[in-house]
Amino acid sequence: MKISGAEAVIRCLLAEGVDLVYGYPGGAIMPVYDELYKFQDQLHHVLVRHEQGAAHAAQGFARATGKVGVAIATSGPGATNLVTGIADAQIDSTPMVCITGQVGKHLLGSDAFQETDIIGISTPVTKWNYQITEAHEIPEILAKAFYIARSGRPGPVLIDITKNAQFDEMDFSYEKCTGIRSYHPKPVLDLKKVQEAADLINNAKKPFIVFGQGIILSEAEEQLKRLVEKSGIPAAWTILGLSALPTDHPLNVGMVGMHGNYGPNLLTNECDVLIALGMRFDDRVTGNLATYAKQAKVIHIEIDPAEIDKNVKTEVAVLADLKEALTALIPLIDKKSHDSWHNEFKEKYKIELDAVIDEELVPTNGKGISMGETIEMINKHSKGDAIMVSDVGQHQMFACRYAKFNSTKSNVTSGGLGTMGFALPAAIGAKMGKPDREVVAIIGDGGFQMNIQELGTIHQTKVPVKIVVLNNEFLGMVRQWQELFFDYRYASTVMVNPNFCAIAEGYYIKSRKVTKREELDEAVAEMLASKDSYFLEVMVEKENNVFPMIPTGASVSDMRLS
Amino acid sequence: MEEKTFTISVYSENNVGLLNRISGIFLKRHINILSLNVSESEIENVSRFIIVVETTEKWVKNIVGQIEKQIEVIKAFYHTDEETIYLENALFKIASSLLFDEKQIQNIIKESQATIVTVSRDFFVISKSGRRSEIEELYEKFKPYGIMQFVRSGRISVSKEKMEISSLLLNELK
Repeated sequence: MKISGAEAVIRCLLAEGVDLVYGYPGGAIMPVYDELYKFQDQLHHVLVRHEQGAAHAAQGFARATGKVGVAIATSGPGATNLVTGIADAQIDSTPMVCITGQVGKHLLGSDAFQETDIIGISTPVTKWNYQITEAHEIPEILAKAFYIARSGRPGPVLIDITKNAQFDEMDFSYEKCTGIRSYHPKPVLDLKKVQEAADLINNAKKPFIVFGQGIILSEAEEQLKRLVEKSGIPAAWTILGLSALPTDHPLNVGMVGMHGNYGPNLLTNECDVLIALGMRFDDRVTGNLATYAKQAKVIHIEIDPAEIDKNVKTEVAVLADLKEALTALIPLIDKKSHDSWHNEFKEKYKIELDAVIDEELVPTNGKGISMGETIEMINKHSKGDAIMVSDVGQHQMFACRYAKFNSTKSNVTSGGLGTMGFALPAAIGAKMGKPDREVVAIIGDGGFQMNIQELGTIHQTKVPVKIVVLNNEFLGMVRQWQELFFDYRYASTVMVNPNFCAIAEGYYIKSRKVTKREELDEAVAEMLASKDSYFLEVMVEKENNVFPMIPTGASVSDMRLS
Repeated sequence: MEEKTFTISVYSENNVGLLNRISGIFLKRHINILSLNVSESEIENVSRFIIVVETTEKWVKNIVGQIEKQIEVIKAFYHTDEETIYLENALFKIASSLLFDEKQIQNIIKESQATIVTVSRDFFVISKSGRRSEIEELYEKFKPYGIMQFVRSGRISVSKEKMEISSLLLNELK
């Protein structure tokens, strides 16, 4: 049976189990949209308000579900508008397939209307990309795209399809991709290395686990918990590892990194064995590399060979899928407890509690509402069961520091790229992927205005996301740096904001503004009780800072409490 | 860490966008490519890139890791000059009149073991294969007489050690 290339695209998506795509139509992708119309019973298309929203929504969907997110856009500006989301997915290892229309093959290179070299543009920020110029290529290339996006260390793939390839007819048959000869996504586990790692761990006096998103991507949460409990080793998370281990687990000692917890950062430089699981030693985690964990023997369990020894020299590198590696490791680990070592974390936590946390969560100094107490209020009402989608800035650090999570894939945030404007569309994707879970977007007044148009998508689809804008009328994180490192010169960080509630109401989204502490409890309760989407604006203290903090270029040992 | 000349050998599928992808890895790290050569390899349908860079061993390791990560790259290696047999090719276009008027030119060609590729009424073309220094030496010798055109190829090299590509691909096909 002969079908058009455009129909083949839809049939490929269906064969990959896709039932939800985000996108925006335009000239060069119209044949695909015509087929989306015909297949609307099987494949739901969400019309966003800007292609960047489509990319972030696909990311939010992927991060909350573990499945591949799909975004569709037209050529030229449609394609370039996806790029920020693609770059974000690349650095945060998010499985995503983007499909862009392209001018007809005969027009390539002619500077045709809405022609842009999206292959060239997207190359540095995609795991793989490919331009299809003939209809018959579609099934094989899309099968490869999904295979590459989801296997190994996941990432974004962009497939550009010329208009003629969408129109032309072809014989359709679909075969899932199971391997590519030049691509080895799953390293063969070396059991000798696992034994070496076990020996180091069993002989360690002060072992310390730092886990990243690798745990979530390989679905090794259960193995992580078993390893931690059997070995008695304190475990801390990177921002993307958050929620892989319940936040109230007794051995969960908090977050590493620039605005992480005091104990895990300081004690990184006192542990004797550092066990890094599915993380990449980002500079925001390590601070100054020259003074990072120099005393420790480092075990790095990681699926991406390029990450081994990239930033931190390892004693034992286990190149593997984490679930497989931990499953092999756990039986070799001695059952132990490290009480006095664990107590060091508790002591440091007490210091942080007194210097920072108590005041943040229950302000007593007569100042306005804090971001931390707002997050704590959400914890109180969500009981740690919500998916929290945060944007980028101070509110993100407060959200990640103070949010409580009982289950995995619950923290969706833009980690590596730090993309303001991420949270609103990502929350849409997360809620659509996990309709049974509460999804709360935590956004600053700056980031909210970077993709504010997606309120239109929320209105049109009736997706019941809860939006909390923590409004301090500043670009707060930059302002904090200006205060600390630029002598209070607030260059372009003051925000003169619109009436956010009126804007939300303009999109027919129920809204409420909280200015007084006494209203916060009830307002959060009302928001979470709402069956529909809900917009909550919280006016927070304007010049609060996020602490503790490791200033750029400083050592993890030199974390500041104030 | 000390900067050295490294030859990176990349075996890959023959793919339109791969050159862009690989050169981007150098661009992102602000590392200049000294020479680049792409050709067929000893294996059918497998391309071989030979990239010469001057950098530290830490960086070259990092770069090779990033190159190998690319989907269509089968395997990448790096070697120091001592670990490879390498040469470059150069062509010199010189006015024919000099060949007859300047007897010294004939001696230069003989001594340098260059070969004359073609002779026409107006010009002749000399080809020289060898190390960069030998080609530069020849260039300096011709220079006083006037060179109409000069071009030097990228480095081509083979490693002294075995690079296990064929067996890697055979395993894949099994």
